[in-house]
Amino acid sequence: MIHFVLLISRQGKVRLTKWYSPYSQKERNKVIRELSGVILTRGPKLCNFVEWRGYKVVYKRYASLYFCMCIDQDDNELEVLEIIHHYVEILDRYFGSVCELDLIFNFHKAYYILDELLIAGELQESSKKTVARLIAAQDALVETAKEQASSISNIIAQATK
Amino acid sequence: MIRAIRACKTAAEERAVVRKECAAIRASINENDQDYRHRNLAKLMFIHMLGYPTHFGQMECLKLIASAGFPEKRIGYLGLMLLLDERQEVLIDLNHTNQYIVGLALCALGNICSAEMARDLAPEVERMLQFRDPNIRKKNNQLTYLLYKSEIKRKGDWKNFTKPAALCSIRIIKKVPDLAENFINPAASLLKEKHHGVLITGIQLCTDLCKVSAEALEYFRKKCTEGLVKTLKDVVNSPYAPEYDIAGITDPFLHIRLLRLLRVLGQGDADASDCMNDILAQVATKTESNKNAGNAILYECVETIMSIEDNGGLRVLAINILGRFLSNRDNNIRYVALNMLMKAITVDAQAVQRHRATILECVKDSDASIRKRALELVFLLINESNVKPLTKELIDYLEVSDQEFKGDLTAKICSIVAKFSPEKIWYIDQMLKVLTEAGNFVKDEVWHALIVVISNASDLHGYTVRALYRAFQTSEQESLVRVAVWCIGEYGDLLVNNVGMLDIEDPITVTESDAVDVVEIVIQRHTSDLTTKAMAFIALLKLSSRFPSCSERIKEIIVQYKGNLVLELQQRSIEFNSIISKHQNIRSALVERMPVLDEATFMGRRAGSMPATVSTSTTTSINIPNGVSKPSMAPLVDLLDLSDDAPAPTSIGGSGDFLQDLLGVDLSPAPNQPGLKPAPQNGTDVLLDLLSIGTPPPQSDSSTSDILSSVQDNKLPVAPLDGLLSPSTPATPVIDLLDGFAVKPPTPENNGSAFPSIVAFESSLLKLVFNFSKPLGNPQTTLIQATFTNLSSDSFTDFIFQAAVPKFLQLHLDPASGNTLPANGNGSITQNLKVSNSQHGKKSLVMRIRIAFKMNNKDVLEEGQLNNFPHGL
Repeated sequence: MIHFVLLISRQGKVRLTKWYSPYSQKERNKVIRELSGVILTRGPKLCNFVEWRGYKVVYKRYASLYFCMCIDQDDNELEVLEIIHHYVEILDRYFGSVCELDLIFNFHKAYYILDELLIAGELQESSKKTVARLIAAQDALVETAKEQASSISNIIAQATK
Repeated sequence: MIRAIRACKTAAEERAVVRKECAAIRASINENDQDYRHRNLAKLMFIHMLGYPTHFGQMECLKLIASAGFPEKRIGYLGLMLLLDERQEVLIDLNHTNQYIVGLALCALGNICSAEMARDLAPEVERMLQFRDPNIRKKNNQLTYLLYKSEIKRKGDWKNFTKPAALCSIRIIKKVPDLAENFINPAASLLKEKHHGVLITGIQLCTDLCKVSAEALEYFRKKCTEGLVKTLKDVVNSPYAPEYDIAGITDPFLHIRLLRLLRVLGQGDADASDCMNDILAQVATKTESNKNAGNAILYECVETIMSIEDNGGLRVLAINILGRFLSNRDNNIRYVALNMLMKAITVDAQAVQRHRATILECVKDSDASIRKRALELVFLLINESNVKPLTKELIDYLEVSDQEFKGDLTAKICSIVAKFSPEKIWYIDQMLKVLTEAGNFVKDEVWHALIVVISNASDLHGYTVRALYRAFQTSEQESLVRVAVWCIGEYGDLLVNNVGMLDIEDPITVTESDAVDVVEIVIQRHTSDLTTKAMAFIALLKLSSRFPSCSERIKEIIVQYKGNLVLELQQRSIEFNSIISKHQNIRSALVERMPVLDEATFMGRRAGSMPATVSTSTTTSINIPNGVSKPSMAPLVDLLDLSDDAPAPTSIGGSGDFLQDLLGVDLSPAPNQPGLKPAPQNGTDVLLDLLSIGTPPPQSDSSTSDILSSVQDNKLPVAPLDGLLSPSTPATPVIDLLDGFAVKPPTPENNGSAFPSIVAFESSLLKLVFNFSKPLGNPQTTLIQATFTNLSSDSFTDFIFQAAVPKFLQLHLDPASGNTLPANGNGSITQNLKVSNSQHGKKSLVMRIRIAFKMNNKDVLEEGQLNNFPHGL
């Protein structure tokens, strides 16, 4: 099972965190500090796995962002690499060639996508298309709700004139 | 806001911006602003991500969830998951009409639900798993179920529910395992699904069910194995499917999960294993291994093959795959291969041994993760037959390895060497190499163990000390220096005289002053720490007696430290100086070679199997009142008091026992024995207890002086000592005691023999007979008349007898009838002892004795422990 997902920038700034196991705020900060220290200092040609406190952290670097996932000792590391790649591809499709800035300003969308992909630390959907479809459907719902709201407020505004 | 935070150059600026934003959000919350609520929450989430406290926003989340619109709910649930965690109680509505909202709720539930929530919501989730199944409809015709059912029919999209629901169930059963049985049936039905997402989650649910419930495992094994094999076959053979395709393989995630569930089912069940053999072989041979996805499947497949019931052919296939992995250039693949081989080693050690050379190469890899894995694997690979070449490889590598890796590596080498060493000389050789290369990384107990082994290998003493002498010339590693100093102190004479040369050695010439040089260098080196310096001092003291010609020089070195700022060294310096200059007569006995350290006890103690170390605790309790804590001496004390457990008549040289005896005698009239805890233990323990106080001094004298100074501190009425104690340096009492110990108050005794006499002690030189009597009306007191007879052909002069007893006894020694014992039994010395047993009737007497005399003007010491007193004394 995946215990947490971290997105850390090259400078050690946290871009996204998702915790599937209970950690207190203090522990979370500690974990982030420790891991970013370990992962950011590793060279480019080394393997993508770090052993850490009895868990394994699988990380992969895409441009300036490190995607890290912490898994159990007996999980399949190669598969987790594949999951990370899967997530990145979906982000890529959604944002259209995703970059770090997309994730900073639309962090909630990155969370939505992650929620469609992983629940309770397990993969829930292996098809990129399905994820994209679900997200699009929910975005559409939000849009219609907003339009309704604005049309209502327009009506109110006109009525009060 | 995000832009503002990003524009901040320093952490302080960022904090200021965040604080301002938080204030604004709080104000807006107070105003109960509907429109900006979700925006505020989004901001809060960002702030939270940066690591600032956001607890004030939690209520907002719940308000958002409670509101009607989808956008609000969506962001509300997201906030819920981020800002809250398990510890908070949350209520979630699963009975909504909009499928997406239910999806959100389930998602949140899956991510943060606690055990109580799990229990409460389990039926709901379970129902959602079941809604497609018409059979269950009859059983569960509750309103909610129907609601879902109709709703799902209306929407026609049931998939979006099932997936999160299945994963929620995973979390629920993890939290509350006893709910597992409710989920078995619905989970089994999920396995028949065609939709990949549902299938994946269903399989995961089944795998987790199997883990928590044996019943579920049995059920799935019987009902589903064949179906799963068929599904896997379909997936493997499925034509190109663009939606699920990754690097030419259809849905590797599904592959992996299927294989994992099959592994759980096949483990320990021959039939199920049999059933999946074919498909596993097919996966293992057909899967492309040039992409990561393919390798991930192969990896999972190998793991499954390794854990299901035995099938030789498949195993060979799997090991071959691992061999291929191991030679792969990709570090990731090598890493998983090493990982897998570690599991494989229990199944087929021979096959793994074939890859030994490659694995050894991996130990030298530049990647820390791979190195660590490989090292652990090598550790498992080692057995008696290959320990020598492998250790050689590892030690060779130790020379060139990274600094941070050396610690791990030395620890492993040390345990390998200790575990598999075929002979002592090899062990010593290897340990010396390790110490030379990476002595700074060696733990204390490792070099303690080495000293124990050295002291046990009496035929190798000379060899070892010479090897250490040579190693010392080339290396400055701390623990090497310590071991070298210890050995030179103990066996310095062997070093100089080339005693016990082995054939393989190169002859070396070391003069006495060379040996002293070594120790002097250590003392003067800045890098040596306190322990090392203290050890060097002791070595010097010992050398001063071994090499009389260097005695003056050693004295000079020691005197230099009289003014040292470190109290420990200063004290040591003054004590040793006085021993060298004033007490020539006892020095040789004082610095006699250490008795052989008992290996078994040392190991036992290290494993913690010994009962609480009485002796150590006593020593520390003595140290504390003195105010001089000596952690540095503790290891030595530890090593030393091992000898207590050795058979009694070992000759532990030293004034320690002198002093201890004196204390035992002189302190006994005192109402309260200073420095000793009145612990009600059985006789031998207490005796050990007493002895262990006396034992450290042969090495250092430190505890003795501590006892004395604690006497000073406590200001207890120790009548005979009072006049002698002066509040100057701790060394003074030692000297005074030594000077004045022959003075003892005379006490006349009457004898009446009611108990049989015993031969208390007999050696080639001397015989000691005890005659017992009891004074009338005082059963606790025993009068003992000791009669000494000389069995040798030389007469003894300066004859002194001493005895020590545990705390429950009190001993009074009368002056002896003389101090000269004529040769060949032509006369005897008698001495009266009075022993009071405060535990009369419960414990019998025990006593430790020491006899010192001069024979042909040479000091002789005899020692023994007496347990054979008649009962009832």
